[in-house]
Amino acid sequence: MTKDSTGRKFRVIVAKPGLDGHDRGAKVVAAALRDAGFEVIYTGLHQTCDLIANAALQEDADAVCVSILSGAHMTIFPELLDLLKKKGMDDVLLCGGGIIPPDDAEALRHQGVGRLFGPGTDTRDIVRYLQEEIPRRRPRP
Amino acid sequence: MSAPAPTRSRFPGTLVPHEQKVYSDVPRDLGKAGEYPFTRGPYADMYRGKVWTMRMFSGFGTARDTNARFKYLLSQGQTGLSVAFDMPTLMGYDSDHARSDGEVGREGVAVCTLENMETLFSGIPMGDVSTSMTINSTASIMLAFYLATAERQGVAPARLRGTIQNDILKEYIAQKEWIFPPLPSMRIITDMMAFCADHLPKWHPISVSGYHIREAGSTSLQELAFTLMNGFTYVEFGIKAGIPVDRFAPRLSFFFNSHMNFFEEIAKFRAARRIWAKRMKESYGAKSPESWKLRFHTQTAGCSLTAQQPENNVVRTAVEALAGVLGGTQSLHTNSMDEALALPTEEAVKVALRTQQVLAHESGLVDHVDPLAGSHFIESLTDQMETECEKVFGEIERRGGMVAAIEQGYPQIEIARASYQFQKDLEERRYLTVGVNALVEEGEKPFPILKIDPVVERDQVAETQRFKERRDGTALASALADLGGAARSGRNLMLPILAAVKVSGTLGEIVEVLKREFGEWREPPTYW
Repeated sequence: MTKDSTGRKFRVIVAKPGLDGHDRGAKVVAAALRDAGFEVIYTGLHQTCDLIANAALQEDADAVCVSILSGAHMTIFPELLDLLKKKGMDDVLLCGGGIIPPDDAEALRHQGVGRLFGPGTDTRDIVRYLQEEIPRRRPRP
Repeated sequence: MSAPAPTRSRFPGTLVPHEQKVYSDVPRDLGKAGEYPFTRGPYADMYRGKVWTMRMFSGFGTARDTNARFKYLLSQGQTGLSVAFDMPTLMGYDSDHARSDGEVGREGVAVCTLENMETLFSGIPMGDVSTSMTINSTASIMLAFYLATAERQGVAPARLRGTIQNDILKEYIAQKEWIFPPLPSMRIITDMMAFCADHLPKWHPISVSGYHIREAGSTSLQELAFTLMNGFTYVEFGIKAGIPVDRFAPRLSFFFNSHMNFFEEIAKFRAARRIWAKRMKESYGAKSPESWKLRFHTQTAGCSLTAQQPENNVVRTAVEALAGVLGGTQSLHTNSMDEALALPTEEAVKVALRTQQVLAHESGLVDHVDPLAGSHFIESLTDQMETECEKVFGEIERRGGMVAAIEQGYPQIEIARASYQFQKDLEERRYLTVGVNALVEEGEKPFPILKIDPVVERDQVAETQRFKERRDGTALASALADLGGAARSGRNLMLPILAAVKVSGTLGEIVEVLKREFGEWREPPTYW
């Protein structure tokens, strides 16, 4: 299921924060989510956390999926999480993927970041995860 | 009719029916190694004369950390250096800029001041080593740091050997570390080609790179066609700028990926040499055989490595390295087994370097020149690569050349499509990758990885700020003003950049001046 009961499609921001130019994974995930029926907003490259959080707010996004392969994940995820909270988006799922060592992923999970998908992930696992997690966080009538 | 057998390849020539013959009759444009059109190699004796250069790409943390890794690699028998810079350096931000937060020293070494470059090469004789620097939108500034450092070591520019990647077209296409729009970027590059032709006779001012195009998800054919077209575009801009083609073309070098499509990679390297030679001679009027020869560096495919069962990556890398050698590469980087997890540890890098050394010293490969020549399969694959490549050239030419094609998003979208198709094929098990969608093991043990201490960033930021406090502000302001003037007037930018660097101008400050004059590039966010 990629829609709520009113027929509104789940809206997902796929974002590339920081200076990292590796966009292959983000684009593949964006295309896979689109093909699975999500409404996808791809930010493009070199975004600041502020721009991403604002996009989430303006688009009334259900989830923000962030791709980081630059090693900056321990800086960017906490900053984004903080911004989402400050802008009143506590129920918006922040998850992502990239090259993120397991203990860093664990530390981020404790802070409230959702799943982080590494290399070799099947995009259907990402689809399933979002289908389950979005309605859990944002129950709608 | 049954469906064709599954293949990893997206290249039509790969499936050769069983009934085809074994040997080629009269292979097209084959010739001998060292002779036009160089299908079999740029040199007659190839590795019998000189084994390929073993050049491991490395860089992390501070200049001090990377300097120590360089010295380690040289002590282990590596024969050339290759610098990986961090993201802020690639994107033109000083380490103390807000946009550098969390990225300093993470994916490469931070170099934003002359002092950083001096530390990076401290105790390394710059007149003796050859250095490759993977940097593009800020290449002219990094070359200026390198020249000024060499000068302080007492090494004249004419003695410097090495390569600076400086291939901005593939940044827009694949690697995506751009700053300025395409046309001003092409001007910066043309200025550097002219400067190098005058002052750096042993330097390669551009390494035309297919590596990143392939890593972004292209097919082997797209890698070949887009890369060669980028190369021809630099040649055209050089000629238009009034530099005689035979003065700069011999110094252009290439950089390809060697992926897991073993025979296809070999055919790609052979076709690359032939296509380049023919066009340089016939279309661009190059008279010197040195301008016709395509010489290249190879790196094994990072994107073929798996995070699952990482030890298997040693085997993948060995197979890919073998294809590079059979294809006649001039230098080689072999990836480390842990690179799908993090930057490589010293141990993992050593195994990767040893892989090349085993190939070079134990296999007998170096005794033979293009040993696969004459095989019908290899020759017909090489021919088809060339034919298909010409079709892609035709499409780009119809779009008004590579700069226009990039502005239209053509190569970017073609690559995004290919990479999505590859992912779907993998998920639907049309391809098998050991450990990922076949022979999967549950509960793998954690693999030891390199961690970058956050202290690195704090130290580098503090050092950058101290560097800025120590400078003569007046000399710097006038050097930066002169650079702005050169950007406006069309004067060659290399000398003013060098002058700014010598009065302690930082990377970020020089980039800011150029941004004011040239503007910044924004890619339309499409995932196709």
